[in-house]
Amino acid sequence: MAVTTSTPPDTQGPAAPPEPRRQKRSAANVWLGVIAWVVGIAFFFPVFWMVLTSFKQETDAYTTTPKIIFEPTLEQYEGVFSAGVGPYLANSLIATVFSTLLVLLLGIPAAFAVSLRPVKKTQDVLFFFISTKMLPVVAVIVPIYVVVNQIGMLDNIWTLVVLYTGMNLPIAVWMMRSFFLEVPGELLEQASIDGAPLWRTLREIVLPIISPGIFATALICVIFAWNEFFFAVNLTAANAGTMPVFLVGFITSEGLYWAQLSAAATLAALPVILAGWVAQNKLVQGLSFGAVK
Amino acid sequence: MAEVVFDQASRIYTPGAKPAVDSLDLTVADGDLVVLVGPSGSGKSTALRMLAGLEPIDAGSVRIDGRDVVDVPSKDRDIAMVFQNYALYPSKTVAENMAFPLKMRGMGKEERAQRVRQAAEMLGLTDFLDRKPKALSGGQRQRVAMGRAIVREPQVFLMDEPLSNLDAKMRVQTRAQIAEMQNRLAVSTVYVTHDQVEAMTMGDKVAVLADGKLQQYATPPELYDRPINSFVAGFIGSPAMNLLDLPRSSSGVTLGGIEIPLPREVSDAAGSRDRLTVGIRPEDWVLESTGSDAGSVVKAVVDVVEELGSESYLYAHLAEDTSTSIVVRGPGRVQVRFGDPIAVRPNPDALHVFDAETGQRLP
Ligand SMILES: Nc1ncnc2c1ncn2[C@@H]1O[C@H](COP(=O)(O)OP(=O)(O)OP(=O)(O)O)[C@@H](O)[C@H]1O
Ligand SMILES: [Mg+2]
Repeated sequence: MAVTTSTPPDTQGPAAPPEPRRQKRSAANVWLGVIAWVVGIAFFFPVFWMVLTSFKQETDAYTTTPKIIFEPTLEQYEGVFSAGVGPYLANSLIATVFSTLLVLLLGIPAAFAVSLRPVKKTQDVLFFFISTKMLPVVAVIVPIYVVVNQIGMLDNIWTLVVLYTGMNLPIAVWMMRSFFLEVPGELLEQASIDGAPLWRTLREIVLPIISPGIFATALICVIFAWNEFFFAVNLTAANAGTMPVFLVGFITSEGLYWAQLSAAATLAALPVILAGWVAQNKLVQGLSFGAVK
Repeated sequence: MAEVVFDQASRIYTPGAKPAVDSLDLTVADGDLVVLVGPSGSGKSTALRMLAGLEPIDAGSVRIDGRDVVDVPSKDRDIAMVFQNYALYPSKTVAENMAFPLKMRGMGKEERAQRVRQAAEMLGLTDFLDRKPKALSGGQRQRVAMGRAIVREPQVFLMDEPLSNLDAKMRVQTRAQIAEMQNRLAVSTVYVTHDQVEAMTMGDKVAVLADGKLQQYATPPELYDRPINSFVAGFIGSPAMNLLDLPRSSSGVTLGGIEIPLPREVSDAAGSRDRLTVGIRPEDWVLESTGSDAGSVVKAVVDVVEELGSESYLYAHLAEDTSTSIVVRGPGRVQVRFGDPIAVRPNPDALHVFDAETGQRLP
């Protein structure tokens, strides 16, 4: 692979573009801009509405002409906290952090092996990884439930840690494999001539190159684990319930408490949104890895 | 310091396919710089990588300083390699890059720093020691890669097209620097290139490869003056030698209606063959006046004129046989243009004659 430096796209364009073309282009730009805004707002609006509602009184939340102007209150958040969100938050945190760490611990060497040290059956191994994602989770929940029950691990947060690790590992290996493949083979050969042992090559030479990719992978694992609902709702109860399970608890038979549900949902979404916000540069870098060598 | 020997060494990438390197026999004398040259896909890199331990040796053996290294891993072969794209560790500074192989060999910090400093001075890298490779120009990166090889003080240097990423001027400069440095350090070096000018200027000896097979292994002048077959004849020299397939006549061969006599030993070696491949280098034509007697000169028509300043090259086709093209070297200033007739005569003492079928040199 060449040590290429990507040339920035020529944003200047030709020195003096003919007038009609410029008009046409800017008209197209306006339309693209409008579409982008519409799509953006369509995606953002429910989130905005959720956050807005979370600061309303329950009565304000129910008006048929929705109120934009209202007296904001933190009452709903107090309600959520007094409903005991703490343990659920802690469970989500444990499940997310530990499963992500485990995924990286197991996934990085695996991705290294399947990308830079391929053997005859590597393709099969890769297919096996991805094939585990082809079966719908519903299809395995019963056996999983039975097994977990047999070993007495129902309603235990470590069960979720293990399951989330298994759930994210194939995706992580596939993602990280594509980053590893971007590492020039010459570097590894140089390292082997230099006499660097494998772990040193990996730690000192390969990982620094692909760290944005690893970061992006970790973030995706965090998001998937944080949002996971199906395993959590089936395998946990009062002790090991996670945020999504907690949220469902608000949808009661007496009816919906929109404002309080919104407050709980905002709390649930906040960590992921924050993580994404903080990491957006690295994330873009990681997801467009090949382009930023 | 060491002698490097390829002994019938072969590399077969896919079982059943033809070898990428086929029974290579090559001895690099201690302290020599040997250039492997050949067209793309001829197995140069593969041969080098076999020596480096990056490719297995499927048959035969490779010896460094008398030791068979077939089963010795790269790191224990006491070699240093410079890759085409330099393979600098992007997360390490220049100094760290250069010190890394020493560190891996357990050398103390003091001595490491000392050696890196020395090499950096030699290569003019002192000001860049704390920079990352990304912040260096192509030429500087190239020198860091060289430096990392030098600090090792290995038995053999291996270089795979180390200059191909530099611009033309840098390439000429660096070429001379590498040759000078290699001379001074007197470390046996195997240098791969597809550029025959590099091969001819740098090599103590040059090995020409084609299709995985060694064609000729000789000093540059020998290669130029006595190419062993028509492939080497056509590959070495720029513009390439004119290789003409000519019918025999009583005393030699016929070209464009004239008779070219062949030296005694050549026509003896040619025996009863009725066609021969005759090689004439561009500089071995004599330009004659177009009014010359028809029986003594070859008439041709000019297609392209390349004026290089100190000399010029006339690309022409024969007047009598338009499908035969020739290249003729002329003086720096020529008056001829596209479509002009010229008359040329080959220098009879500088002919290269090859078997038309096998391409082998005669005699
Ligand atoms: N990893 C590989 N697997 C299979 N065949 C290979 C492999 N590497 C090289 N080859 C084949 O071996 C032959 C020699 O390749 P090699 O890279 O040694 O050529 P080269 O002389 O270095 O050419 P270039 O000047 O283009 O670098 C080629 O036909 C090539 O296709
Ligand atoms: Mg090559």
